[in-house]
Parts: sequence; structure tokens; C-alpha cells
Amino acid sequence: MPEVRLVNVTKKFGKIVAVENANLQIHDREYFSLIGPSGCGKTTLLRMIAGLVQPDEGEIYIDDRLVTSIPPEDRGIGFVFQTYALFPHMNVWDNVTYGPRVKALESKESERIGREMLEMVRLFERLDAFPSELSGGMMQRVALARALSAGAKLLLLDEPLGALDAKIRHELRYELRRFVKDLELTGIHVTHDQAEAMAISDRIAVMRKGKILQVGTPQELYMTPQHIFVANFIGESNFLEGYVSKLTEKESTIELRGGLLVRALDKTHGEGEKVVVAIRPEILVVEKGKKGGVNSIFGNIEGFRFEGTNVRYEIRLENGDLVVVVRPALMAEWLDVGEKVTVSFPIEKSFVFTYPERGLKRELALE
Amino acid sequence: MARFNITRFLDSLSSRSIVRYIVYSCSVAFFFALILIPPILGIVLKWNTMADIFGNSSLMSRAISAIYASFAIALFVSFIDVVAGLPMAWFITRGGFKWLKSLDTLADIPFIVPTVALGYSLLLFWSDPKQGISSLFGSSLVSRGWLLVILLHFAFSYPVVVRVMVGALLDYKREYEEAARTLGAAPITADRTVTLPILKTALIASFILALARSLSETGATIMVAGAFENGPIFISKLKTAQEPGYEGALVFVSFILIAISCIIFVTIMLLGQRLKMPIKKVWPVAERKLSSSGVTNLRNSMSLLVFFFLVLIPSLFVALPAFYAITNGTLNQAVTGAGIWREYWQSLILSYSVGAIATLLNTIIGLPMAVLIARRRLGTAFSSILDVLVNIPLIIPSIALGISLSIFWKNFQSMPEIGLLIFVHLSITYPYLVRSMTAAIERVNTDYEEAARTLGGRPFTVFRTIILPLTKYSLIAGAVMVFTRSVSETGATLAVTKLKTAPVLLVGWVKPFLANPSTAPVNSLEIGLGCGILVLFSFIILLVLRLFSRGKGMY
Repeated sequence: MPEVRLVNVTKKFGKIVAVENANLQIHDREYFSLIGPSGCGKTTLLRMIAGLVQPDEGEIYIDDRLVTSIPPEDRGIGFVFQTYALFPHMNVWDNVTYGPRVKALESKESERIGREMLEMVRLFERLDAFPSELSGGMMQRVALARALSAGAKLLLLDEPLGALDAKIRHELRYELRRFVKDLELTGIHVTHDQAEAMAISDRIAVMRKGKILQVGTPQELYMTPQHIFVANFIGESNFLEGYVSKLTEKESTIELRGGLLVRALDKTHGEGEKVVVAIRPEILVVEKGKKGGVNSIFGNIEGFRFEGTNVRYEIRLENGDLVVVVRPALMAEWLDVGEKVTVSFPIEKSFVFTYPERGLKRELALE
Repeated sequence: MARFNITRFLDSLSSRSIVRYIVYSCSVAFFFALILIPPILGIVLKWNTMADIFGNSSLMSRAISAIYASFAIALFVSFIDVVAGLPMAWFITRGGFKWLKSLDTLADIPFIVPTVALGYSLLLFWSDPKQGISSLFGSSLVSRGWLLVILLHFAFSYPVVVRVMVGALLDYKREYEEAARTLGAAPITADRTVTLPILKTALIASFILALARSLSETGATIMVAGAFENGPIFISKLKTAQEPGYEGALVFVSFILIAISCIIFVTIMLLGQRLKMPIKKVWPVAERKLSSSGVTNLRNSMSLLVFFFLVLIPSLFVALPAFYAITNGTLNQAVTGAGIWREYWQSLILSYSVGAIATLLNTIIGLPMAVLIARRRLGTAFSSILDVLVNIPLIIPSIALGISLSIFWKNFQSMPEIGLLIFVHLSITYPYLVRSMTAAIERVNTDYEEAARTLGGRPFTVFRTIILPLTKYSLIAGAVMVFTRSVSETGATLAVTKLKTAPVLLVGWVKPFLANPSTAPVNSLEIGLGCGILVLFSFIILLVLRLFSRGKGMY
């Protein structure tokens, strides 16, 4: 029953803190993703779970067994590398049966596993091929078959789809989830692609600069981001700066730049506190002309893009702030650039964050 | 009037494909005419003299056993060098200690120290009853003979193996090894079944280089061999003695040495790639035990011991008499150039001048060759053939090459001896720069070049501003190898000329001293100082080049 638990795990490379005091619990048979911008420490975290990197501090448990000082070969894991790391001097068959062989399983048993794994990834007929003769998608599948051949119940995937074309990436990501679920594995998947993580994960941890910012289901991260960085990294958000001008028992009123007032269901920030209101582009409603009502702001359409599924407006609000609005392309009449519009959103659909000490831009920066 | 600009001129020339072909063709022509053909043709010209030796059975049996000794020692020593050098390279790259970096530099020392100095140093260390390790026993621990030859060859081939394997291990993508570990392989199993097979090419290359070095070395071997004879010693003795019919024997031995070297080289090149390492079988329990930290520490300690006691300390032992020489006034004599020292300084100047000229000429004719091989400029097939051919001077025992070259150039009466000397050094050192640069250029992504071309760079500019800076490290490394090899060179020099380069002079000092120390014109402190100065200068040159090349270039 592979359950993974990290307790206060820290890793430094020289002066750079790759992972800082990480605490995490990954449940049995869960498909879990670690996401964040490059350099956030997600790969280091995964490699520590695998035993390829030693943490400086903290403990790692797999199935309640303390594994911090146990070498990778004894951790009972399968690891898929971003570049696959298929052994170039061995053909597909020898690659896939490498795990059973180094564990000195009987040769009949090794053969059975090799056959089963290759049939599972539909590559049995290519068992003589060398890695250099395979396409990217095939190499990825061989890498997966090889990782699973050692009988591991914990599958670690380091950007497993990163090197593939967009279309194949799309197909294979659902296949990965299906394998993990069918074989009753626990999967930990590292990616920088939030859409990929959202599409296949049971739960996701968002990391930035070595710290885990939030852990939750895709819905939780999307609906209730607890950190301004998460609100931006998972999905998209408009950020409007202001300060709390009035706080009641039920809600707060926030004064934006230019004296515009908006209401939000937020009681965590005191009167006078500087805040940022985050609103998802798809939450915003656009209507022609000047309309009144709660949380309605006038503006002018400055940009329009047709993106297929959606249309995207860039709207300059009357206070000078710019917001992006995304609407389903086929649902409504499109508005033209230059049109005067009213943008509105329900009071329960915005998030209010304390204004970051380092400034908004730096807090949201991906690098 | 616009000032004439050489760069712009070369640029505009390089834009024309005809000019590029002329440059490439010239480099190929030089290679064939100066480097490759003369050593082969020389022997062919004197083919008929070979009959002499077949009538002389005692000379013949000496020749056969000398040839046998050469190859037996070279093969054995190269094998041991790989066995000892590989764990050391592993330790240097994976040990994870900062001081290992300086160890990496130390491992180069036996490589840059001219081999005669190395030979004398080892002689003092192992067999001088008053100094070195033997002083503990009161008599020679290892007296002159085949064992000392083996120790010597081991010491000077060792850095080649370490250098090549450290480079290969640094390049190696550790992910392969990590993948094997996550699949359940113990470290030793992963090393044996994944890392080593992937590094096979480098292993073979290091073996061949060690082999070539052992087959060619002459000067130091003469010093430590005693009555023992291998190919180069036999040839040099024949040349000195000039017994009747010696020329036939020279041609015969040279021919056999060249032929067998080529056969071994081709065999290793062809079969080595097909050689399958035993990777199917795994012994999980035993290999797990071998991977334990206890065994690993033991292996690392053994590697260090071998390095220090068989390679480094014996190699630098000459510092001791050199130091005495400084304190007792011999240095003052040396500096004033009195007596024997006049000749010493002249030989040093000759050695360094020849080395510098060989380096310069080889850079000029070698660079286009490296580009043409690495970039397949004259077709893939032709480039691959050239890639093999440029190695030939490397693998031919240098004294045999010298014999053949001297026969060839004697047909040109007007050739001065210094010219002959330069030609032979050019030939012997040619492969080092070309090999080093070919490998480096192959690693430069052609995208960089293409990007530069699309930005408006002409071929010469692209070479000057993209390839050369990126491969600077290898260029300097190649040039250093050419230079040190030339300064070290003894065998071929003895074969072609009476001019005394520094190693030849030192061999001349040591020989009578070993025969009878009391009557020898040069005493042991003077020899020690002579060797010490040579070592010191090599260090300074290496240090200067290291400073120049520090942190620049990628490959």
C-alpha cells in the first residue's frame, strides 16, 4: 500500500534552497501531481522520494517505513525520466526486463513480466528495436513499461510527457492515469503544465521557490486558491489592487484605484489593509453599454482574439486597469474593439489576497 | 585608401566554396605527403635489405624476442593501467570531495613531465640503493630490467587512462545509472551493466592510447631496462653499434613493429565495438556487498595508494636530487652555463624550439583537417577513412617511424638535419591536435554555426567567432599534448639525427653513469638537476596555459 509521507524535508544545493521544509502526504492509489515553474524544486522533491537525492533534513516514509537512508534500488519504486533514459546499448526487450533481471528473478518469470508489460503498452512487436529506432511516444511507453516491470507499486514520473508533441502529449496523459488506476498504483507526477496536472490528477501540490504553497484537488485549487501565486498559476486571474474601505459581518468593500468600489465575501482583511482582488477571466460578464448594479465597472474594449473554443477581450476599465475577459465563443454575440461595455462579477466569485510585501509583479513572477 | 583588413579578406575568400575546397584539399595533401606516406615509403624503399637478417640467426632471435617483449609489455601494462585508472577516474568524478579536483590535476603530471625525467626519477625511487624506497632495504628493491620497465610504462600511461575516463564520466548522462538504480540494481550492478557498456568507446580509446604510449617510449626505457631489450631498445642499440648488416635488421624490426601495431589497432577498432560485455548475468547478493560503503572506501583507498606510490611519488622523486643540487652549488654552475651545462641549455633550447615549431605547424595543418573530419566536409565516407588514418602516427612505435622517415628523407640530400628533426616531430605529434579538435568540433551543435550564418557571418568568421571560442579548451589541450609529446620524444629523434634534444642529452648523461658512476663525466646531482629543470619548465608551461584557458570555452 504505497503511501508517501514527507516530514520537514529540506534540500540545499550550495546556497540555493531547492526544497524548504516540505510536508506532504500522498495517499495510497492516488494520482498526485507536483507542479510549479521551473526551478521550484518539484523535481528535487521527486528525486528525494526516489532516493536519487539525499535530503539535508527531514524524513521520508513510504508505507510508514522510514526510507531516508535507503538506496533507490531498495525503495520499491518505478521512475520515468524526462529523457526516458532508455539504455542505448540494449534493445526494448532487454530494457524492459532489466528490472526483473537485476533482481535475479527466474528467467521464466522475467520473460512473463516483460511480455506482459510490452503488451500493456502495445509494443510487443518492437521488442528487438533499439531506443534510437523508436519515436518519442514509443520511447515514453517503453520507459513506462520498464519502470513498472520491477513490480513497483509507487510510480514516479518526472515530466514524463515533456519531450512529446502537443497532440501525443494530450493522448498519453490520460493513458498514464489509466495505467496507474488499472494497476492500483500510487502515481506522483512532476510537471510544469498546469492543464496537464488538472486533467489527470486526484490532488496537486503547487510549489514555488522550494516551498509547497497549496495542496488540494484540482477543484479546490481552482475554486479556492489560498495563495495569490496559486490563483495565477492554476488557471488565469485578473488582479485589481485596492484597500479595504469597509468591513461588515458578511462582506467587505474594497476601494480600487480611481475610487471604484467592489464588494467581496471576505472578512479576513481589516479596514484600511492593502489588498489585491483576483477575478478569473471566465467569471467576468461583459455587456454592451453602461449598466448599473453590484460590482459593475465601465470600460472600453481594447483587444479581441478568437481562440477557437473561446473569445478573449482585453478591456480597459474606467480607472485605467486592464482586465482580460474570456467568454465561450459560440454562446454570445461578439463585441468589437472600441465598444463601450460594462464588466461585472458576482460578489462571491472573487478572491481577496493581502497585497504582497515584495510587490505584485515579483510575487507572481514565474522565474 | 581603406586599410587592408586581413580578417575581412579571409572572410570574403571563405565565402567562395572553391577556396574552402582548396584549403581542405591542401590539409589532406599535407597529411598524406608529410605525415602518412613518408614513414611507410621509407621502409618500402629499403625492402630488399631485409634479407640480411634472415641469414643471421642470433640477431634474428634477439629481434624476435625484442619485438615480443614490446608487445607483451604494452598489452599487459595497458590492461593494468585501465584496471587501475578506471576506479581512480571514478573516484575523481564521483567521490564528491573538493580536493579531488586538485588530484585530477596531479594525475596529469606524469603526462607533462618528459618521459626521460620520469625514467630517471623512477630509477632513483625504485633501484638506487641510497635513495628512494630502496634505501629502506639497503639494496635495490627493483633493479634495472623488465620489472622496472613495466613500472615505468605503468606510470606514464596511467594519466592517459585517467584523463580519458574522467572526461568520459563527466560527459556521461547519469540518468542511465539512476534509471538502473530505480529498477533495483545495486550501484556496482548499475556501473557494470549500464555505465561501463555505454562508456565502452572511451575505455577502448584509453586502452589504445596507453598501448601506443608504451610501444613508442624509448628514452626512459633505455635508462631503466638494463640488459633487457624491447623493440625500441634493440633498434637504438643496433643504430649505435652499427654492426655489419644492421640496416636490414633495422628495417625488419621497424617493419614488424609497424605492421603488428597497425594490426592490433585495426583489430581493436573493429572488434572492440562488437565486443559484448557480460551484462546479462547479475549476482544481486554479491554485487550488493561489493557496493557497500566499506568496499567502496577500500577501492578508493587502493586507487589513491596506487596513484601515489606507483605513479606520483616515483614520478616526482627526481625533485630530491634536484633540491640537493640547488643547495650544494650545482645550480650556480648550471646557471652560468659552465662545462656540461652549455650543451644542456642548447639542447633545451633546441627541444623547446622544435616543440614550438611542431605545435605551430600542426595547428595550421591540423585545424582544417579537424573541421573537415568533424563536419564531414569531403563526404562521409572519406571523412571516416581520414578519421582512422590520422591515428596511424600515434600507434606506430616512434623509433620505427623515425627509422623509416630517415630512410625516406635521406633520398633528399639537401634536407638539413634540423629539417628532418622537425618533420619527424611533426609526424609523431600530428594526431594529438587533430583528434582533440575533431572530438570537440563534433560536440559543437551545428545550430550555433547555422545561427551565425543566418545572422550574416561568413564561414571564416563563423569558425573564428563560434567554433574556435567554444572549442578553445580542446585546442589548448591538443596543443599542449603536441608540445609535451615533442619535448618528450626520444626514440624517433635518436633514429633520425645526431642533434641532441634535451631527452637525448639526458639519456647520454645517464648511460655512462649507470655503467660506472665513478668515471662518468656527469654525476647524479647534475643529472637530477637536469631532469628537475626540464620538469619545472614543463610545469610552468602547463600552468601558464591553464591560466590562459581557465573558464573559457565549453569543450
